[in-house]
Amino acid sequence: MYTYDEHDQRLVDERAAQFRDQTRRYFEGKLTEEQFLPLRLQNGLYIQRHAPMLRIAVPYGHLAARQLRMVAHIARVYDKGYVHFTTRQNIQLNWPKVEDVPVILEDLASVQMHAIQTSGNCIRNTTSDPLAGVCADEVEDPRPYCEIIRQWSTLHPEFAFLPRKFKIAVTGAPSDRAAVRVHDIGLRLVRNAAGEVGFEVIVGGGLGRTPIIGKVIREFLPKRDLLTYLEAILRVYNLHGRRDNKFKARIKILVKEMGVEAFREAVEKEWQAIQGTFPLEDDIIAWYQARFVRPQYDPRAAEKDWEDERGRQAEFSAWYAHNTVSHKVPGYRVVFLSLKPPGVAPGDLTSEQLERVADLCERYSFGVTRTTHTQNLVFADVRQTDLFELWQALKEINLATPNIGKLTDMICCPGLDYCALANASSISVAGDIYRRFEDLDYLYDLGDIRVNLSGCMNGCGHHSVGHIGILGVDKKGEEWYQITLGGSSADDASLGERLGPAVAKDQVADTVEAIIKTYVDLRLEDEPFLATVRRVGVTPFKERVYANH
Amino acid sequence: MRIIKDRQIIEDAWVHLSDEVAPPNGKVTVPFSRWLVERESLLQREGEIGVRLDCQAPEELDVLAPDLPRIQLVMLELPRFADGRAFSIARLLRQRYGFTGEIRAGGDFLYDQMFYLARVGVNAFEYRGPEPLEDALKAFETFSVKYQPAADGTGLIQQRRLSA
Ligand code: HEM
Ligand code: SF4
Repeated sequence: MYTYDEHDQRLVDERAAQFRDQTRRYFEGKLTEEQFLPLRLQNGLYIQRHAPMLRIAVPYGHLAARQLRMVAHIARVYDKGYVHFTTRQNIQLNWPKVEDVPVILEDLASVQMHAIQTSGNCIRNTTSDPLAGVCADEVEDPRPYCEIIRQWSTLHPEFAFLPRKFKIAVTGAPSDRAAVRVHDIGLRLVRNAAGEVGFEVIVGGGLGRTPIIGKVIREFLPKRDLLTYLEAILRVYNLHGRRDNKFKARIKILVKEMGVEAFREAVEKEWQAIQGTFPLEDDIIAWYQARFVRPQYDPRAAEKDWEDERGRQAEFSAWYAHNTVSHKVPGYRVVFLSLKPPGVAPGDLTSEQLERVADLCERYSFGVTRTTHTQNLVFADVRQTDLFELWQALKEINLATPNIGKLTDMICCPGLDYCALANASSISVAGDIYRRFEDLDYLYDLGDIRVNLSGCMNGCGHHSVGHIGILGVDKKGEEWYQITLGGSSADDASLGERLGPAVAKDQVADTVEAIIKTYVDLRLEDEPFLATVRRVGVTPFKERVYANH
Repeated sequence: MRIIKDRQIIEDAWVHLSDEVAPPNGKVTVPFSRWLVERESLLQREGEIGVRLDCQAPEELDVLAPDLPRIQLVMLELPRFADGRAFSIARLLRQRYGFTGEIRAGGDFLYDQMFYLARVGVNAFEYRGPEPLEDALKAFETFSVKYQPAADGTGLIQQRRLSA
């Protein structure tokens, strides 16, 4: 992963000092609540239902062992001993005190971490593919570009007070594991006809109350033009994005209102004026690539298929099949740690678990852990011969539930349990659904199914792109749930279609069960859930679900 | 009135005129709308002239552009500190249109934003917050690291080379 040089370190130190000063001025009454708001938000600090909430940046999802230990320490000393991993590869603390945040930022800075721009109307933490650098289908490793964008956007003097939040995701592989089509800007590394590598630029995607799939505004952008092109997009947005209505302030609304062609023209025109002003030359890119210290893979690492052990150990076999994937270096494999065991809020981890994960990644994966947008963790570089041992160790800390990509691997926002904006609970509903589908053989028979839940239409749980999406709505003070089918945030990104009227809280699990039974009846041999929904449409599901209503 | 200009506290001589007041000689600024109508007569006066933009209509900058060689000051009046359009306008003014006169920030902005405003080309500040100007001067020193290019130079990203 990227290692800071003295400039990077100085910046996070200075940021912590700045926030200490801002917090002091706020408590002395020199900053009003309204003035303090954007300042604290740009340091990830919300005021929530029960307490403040602090969102810590995890750029493109990479965490080193000492960072995990520091987060564990912070959660234990300043919070209630656990943290929440989010869909944007970040980490949230649910109960810190405002007075403690300056110290927390100093602690984070001491391990090359920060909370800069994790919230507020600015360019947020850049996200990426959790398998970056290790998947075989990659055109090029996206992480150096993520870091270049992170630095370019950090404290950007022109773009710190945008009309609304702004999110960028980058992927290097044709197979999209970073949901690039539902970001304000999605960048895909692609190869053109001449064999050069550059970016496909997608703009105007996003979830929330008006979910939209992004549009391609440039099929091929040379690498050297990356930052000037981003600047052009951001400037058009900053100057022309709506500021009269918070709900219409995202770039997706600007693109929609202007029309994608007019928007593209405006960007190209702006870009023509600045195109050559700060090219990202190859030697600059090389500087960043060189600071990503690559793991020292052992060229003699042996291949091992674990055939015999799997024959004897059904549980290990299931874990191997569902929680590990192939690696591009011979003798290695990628391991997913499921943060979705039964009875736990999706994405939650205790300080003890964080510390054990730190030990284990040092022992088995070159000291680095990655986070995913599905709220799980990844050990990207595990020797195949270590898999059985690692599995046993993960089992001890409840992180080996073999359900990655399956129905119980749900994405879920904090909902009514923590969030001041929520209409409904999401965590307890996820729990209800979970209990219905605990039988693993049944789960495996159903194949890959993405169930996403949000407690309100802001969509932090990505419900609109869930194969099954569940959205909490408020009906006369009661919690109801709107169900959608057929959404996806992958290559074939699409928005889910509404199934019918919202259902009551105690009906959600029944409804999901009825949907699943319908799928099982209708599917063709080996047909995945999403494909069935796309083939037959929502009507057969609707008929079945509402038959008894 | 005391303001910050070029990182120093100075006594300011500019007078901001509304639409009605007859322009005296000396240093005066007028709103953009008045400039459009009275441009020629305003230029007949003795003294320097400045134009105030309310930063709510970015197109005004293109309209003002041909006049820039004839004016000495552009004042950006931030409507609300959270409205970031002035930051782009300042940068365009400095870099795209090559304006070398004074770019002044007025209206609603925070001490914490002065670092950013300076980086996009603003060189004078009518700061009205609770901090004394002496404290506000420190805002320019908040960060010693500038990653990205802006109106004040290339930025660290551009300076990073394997040989460095
Ligand atoms: C508990 C505090 C939280 C608050 C107050 C909050 C607030 C919001 C709001 C207001 C929006 C809508 C923004 C818009 O459409 O312009 C939003 C969207 C979103 N939030 Fe949160 N959120 C919170 C927690 C989370 C968590 C825990 C996650 C991840 C699990 C998350 C991830 C997202 C995502 C992915 C979106 C959709 C972004 C898009 O439109 O593309 N948020 N959030
Ligand atoms: S979707 Fe709504 S309820 Fe859930 S975290 Fe976001 S804002 Fe809160």
